[in-house]
Amino acid sequence: MAESIKAPLIRLEKRGENGLNPAAVWGIRLGSIAAALLLGCVAILLTGNNPIKAYGTMINGALGTAVYRQQTIKRAIPLLGCALAIAPCFKMRFWNIGAEGQITAGALAATFVARTCTGKLPSLPLLLLMALAAMVLGGLWGLIPGFFKAKWNTNETLFTLMMNYIIIGVVAWLQAGPWEAKQGRIAHFEEAAELPLVAGIHCGWIIVLALVLFMHVYMRHTKHGYEIAVIGDSLRTAQYAGMNVGRIMMRTMFLSGAISGLVGFIIASGTSHTLSREIAGGVGFTSITVAWLSQLNAFAMVAISLLLGILSKGAATLQTVMNVPVAISDIITGLLLFCMLGSEFFINYRLILRKKRGGKEARK
Amino acid sequence: MGIGPYGYSYNERMVYLEYAIELRGITKRFGPVVANDGIDLGLARGEILALLGENGSGKTTLMNMLAGIYLPDEGRILADGRPISIRSPRDAYAHGIGMIHQHYKLVDVFTAAENIVLGMEGEKKLDIKKANARVREICERYGFDIDPEKKVYDMSVSEKQTVEIVKVLYRSAEILILDEPTAVLTPQETDRLFAILRKMREDNKAIVIITHKLNEVMAISDKVAVLRKGKYIGTVNTAETDPHALTDMMVGRSVTLNIDRPLNPDRAERLRVSGLTVFDHEHVKKLDGVGFTALGGEILGVAGIAGSGQKELLEAIAGLCPVARGSITYLPPEGGADELVGRTPMQIRKKGVSLAFIPEDRLGMGLVGSMGMTGNMMLRSWRRGSGPFVKRKQPRDLANKVLNDLEVVTPGIEFPVRKLSGGNVQKVLVGREIASSPSVLMTAYAVRGLDINTSYTIYNLMTEQKMKGTAVIFVGEDLDVLLELCDRILVLCGGKVSGVVDARTATKEEIGLLMTSVGGKEGA
Repeated sequence: MAESIKAPLIRLEKRGENGLNPAAVWGIRLGSIAAALLLGCVAILLTGNNPIKAYGTMINGALGTAVYRQQTIKRAIPLLGCALAIAPCFKMRFWNIGAEGQITAGALAATFVARTCTGKLPSLPLLLLMALAAMVLGGLWGLIPGFFKAKWNTNETLFTLMMNYIIIGVVAWLQAGPWEAKQGRIAHFEEAAELPLVAGIHCGWIIVLALVLFMHVYMRHTKHGYEIAVIGDSLRTAQYAGMNVGRIMMRTMFLSGAISGLVGFIIASGTSHTLSREIAGGVGFTSITVAWLSQLNAFAMVAISLLLGILSKGAATLQTVMNVPVAISDIITGLLLFCMLGSEFFINYRLILRKKRGGKEARK
Repeated sequence: MGIGPYGYSYNERMVYLEYAIELRGITKRFGPVVANDGIDLGLARGEILALLGENGSGKTTLMNMLAGIYLPDEGRILADGRPISIRSPRDAYAHGIGMIHQHYKLVDVFTAAENIVLGMEGEKKLDIKKANARVREICERYGFDIDPEKKVYDMSVSEKQTVEIVKVLYRSAEILILDEPTAVLTPQETDRLFAILRKMREDNKAIVIITHKLNEVMAISDKVAVLRKGKYIGTVNTAETDPHALTDMMVGRSVTLNIDRPLNPDRAERLRVSGLTVFDHEHVKKLDGVGFTALGGEILGVAGIAGSGQKELLEAIAGLCPVARGSITYLPPEGGADELVGRTPMQIRKKGVSLAFIPEDRLGMGLVGSMGMTGNMMLRSWRRGSGPFVKRKQPRDLANKVLNDLEVVTPGIEFPVRKLSGGNVQKVLVGREIASSPSVLMTAYAVRGLDINTSYTIYNLMTEQKMKGTAVIFVGEDLDVLLELCDRILVLCGGKVSGVVDARTATKEEIGLLMTSVGGKEGA
C-alpha cells in the first residue's frame, strides 16, 4: 500500500469538546467496577477458593441479615464522615493526608471530656461537649499544617502525615501511662458518654448524613466553597480576585480537621467506647479512596463508603467462614481504586488502533 | 530499503529528489480541531524556508510532526524521496532533522556541553572533554560564541538558544527547524542569528524558520510557505514577493488595520506613577524608576521587547507584586488622590482599577478554567451580599450579556471555559472586566492568538472604554496595532522607560529604536 505510513499500534486522542455522552461515561465507570471484581477473582483463586462462592459469602456476610447490615453501615459511617472532611481540602488541592491524626485528636479530646465530666453532666450535654471538644482539637490538629503552609509554604503532605504519628504517640503514652486502667488500656466510657442507638445503629449515621447535606451546600453554594474551588483551580486567579489565600487555607484546614475530629468522637463514643492508639484504624487513609472515587461529590461518597463498608465486612466474614485472609478486601479495594481511576482516562481520551491501511481510506 | 512495500515509481522518486524532506497531504487533528489539513511542503538543501502564518495557523504543529513530537493522522513524509516514519525525536535525528523549539528544553544545572550530549547514545562512559572539544569546533565553524562549560542557569536567553542550535548541529542535523527563534531576541541578537543561519545555508543545510514577522521573512528567507487556518496556501520566492502580498496570503485579505481612533476631548490625569522599582523572586530588578501618567479618556500603549517589565508594571499597579520603591497615585474622577502602593489587590480593585491582565497563560490568572462563564463572572462579585451563600443570578445574567454582546461561542454559560478556544476565553475575561465599569483598565497582550475579527472586537471595546473616560493601558507586541490604536505609547526597555511618544505622529522605527536603547528623551 503506497500511502501507508507506519503508525504506532495504539495512539491516544483527547476527546472533543463535548466528550462522551453521560450514559457512556457511566457505562465505563460501571465496567471498571466489574473489571475490578473480575481481577479480584484472580486474587481469590490464588488463595485456593472459588471466587463465586467467595463473593457470595462476602455479600451474605455484609448484607445477609439485619445485624450484618447494621455492622456494615457502622463500618461505612466513619469512612463517609472522613471523606466529607477531606473533600474541601482536596478540592483546594491541599493534600491533607492527616485525617487519621485528626480523628485520633478528636477521639482524644472526647475521651478527656468523658473522663472528666461524666457524672457531673447529664448525657446529652455531655455528648455535645465531647463533640465540641473533639471538633476543636481535631480542627487545631488540621490548622497547624494549614498555618505553616499559609505562612511558609511548607509541604502539607509530609506535614499532615507527620502530625498523625505525633498524636498517635500521645495517645499511646496516655494509654500506657496517666490514663491506663489495666493492661495498657483506657477504661471504657460510662453509658452516659456513649452515643444512643437509632434503628439499631449508634446515631452517628444521622450525623454523617447531615454532614453530607452540609458539605454539598457548603461546596456548591457558599462563598467559602467558591473560594476553595477557585484556589484549587488557580492560585494566581484567586490572588487576582483578591482572595486571602492563606486565610482560606487555614480556615478550610480547620473545618476539615474539625469534621475529622467529629468522626473521631463518633468512633470513640459510638463504636469503641474507649480510646486507643488504633482508634482511627486506617479510616483516615481509606477515606481518601472514598473521596477520590466519588470525585469529591458528597452524594457519591455515600454510595462509595457503603461499597467499601460491604467489602470490608464481607471480607471479615470471608475470613471466618472460608479462612481467606482478610487482606483480600484490601486487594479488591485497591483494584477498585485502580480500575475506577483508570477509567477516567478512557472517559477523557480515546484509543486509536493502527488502521490496517492508512492514508487514502482515512481521508475519504 | 526495497521498492516493493512502498510502491513508488521510479519517476516519482526522481521528481522529489530535489527536496531533502517532503511532506505530502499531512493532516493532524486534535479532537475536533483540524490543526493541519492536507499540507504539502518541500524543504530543499541550501535554502532557508520561512514558514509564515498567523498564530494558530498550524505552523508549529506541522513542524512538530517532523521533529517526532506528533504523528500525522494522514499523509506521508518523504526523505530524499523515500517514505519515512518519524515516531520520536530520536527518529527525527536519525533522519537528520533537528528542531529548536520555542520553549527551550534545557537542564538548568547542566553545562552547555552536558545539555548538548544529553540523551545521545554512545560509549558507556561519557567523555565530556571530547564533547567540549566537539562543541567548540562546531562553534568555531559557524561563529557561535558560547562556552561549553558554562551552566545553563548562568546563560541569557540568546545563549540558551545557541545551545539549542548547537545541540541540533552536534547530532549532525542536515535539516534545521527553528520555531519563532527571534521572539525573545534583541535586534542585534537577531542579526547575529541570521548571520549564522546564512552560514548554515552555505553549508548546504535545509533550514525552516517559523515566524509571523514579515520583516524577518523578507530579510532571511529564500522561499516563503504560507499557512492559514491549518491549510497550505502556497509557496513563493522571497525575491519575487513583498510584505503586502505575503500579508494577503497570510490573512486572506489585505490588511490595512484602519482601527478607529477617535479623540476623547475630556482627558484627565487618572494614574500617576513615579520612581517605581520592582524586584522579582530572584531579586532581579524588573522595573527601575518607572514614571509616567495615564489619562482617563486615552489609550496608553506600552511597547517593549518581551520581558522588559511590562508584566511587572501591570502587576505592581494591581497590587499583585511587591513594590520596592516608588509611588502609584490614583486620582479618582470625583477628585482626591489615593496611594495604591501597599494596598491589597481587593482594595485597589474596589477603587475601580481593573486589571484584565492576559498573560501568556490566559487561564493561569484571571479565569477559573474548570468553571463556566457564570462561575467566572462571579470572580468579581462572589463577595457581594450578606450571608454565607453566593448569589448566582446576577453573574448568570452578566454571563448571558457577555455571551450575546461579544458573541462568545460556547455550548452554554456553564460550560468550562478551559475547553473554549483562546479567542472566546479572551472575550469572557475582557467582557467581565469591562462590565465592572473600571476607571483604569489594564490589558496585556489582549489579542495574542486571536483571529483578526476577534482582535477588532477587542480594539473596539478598548476604544469604547476610552470614550467613556476610562484610562486604558494596553500592553501590546504588534507595533502596527499600537500605533493605530493608542493615543500615546510608553516604551519600556530593560525595566526603564525609554520614552513616551505620541502614537499619532510616531513611526515604527522610532519606537523600535526606543525598545532597544535606554536613555531616549521623554516625549509627548
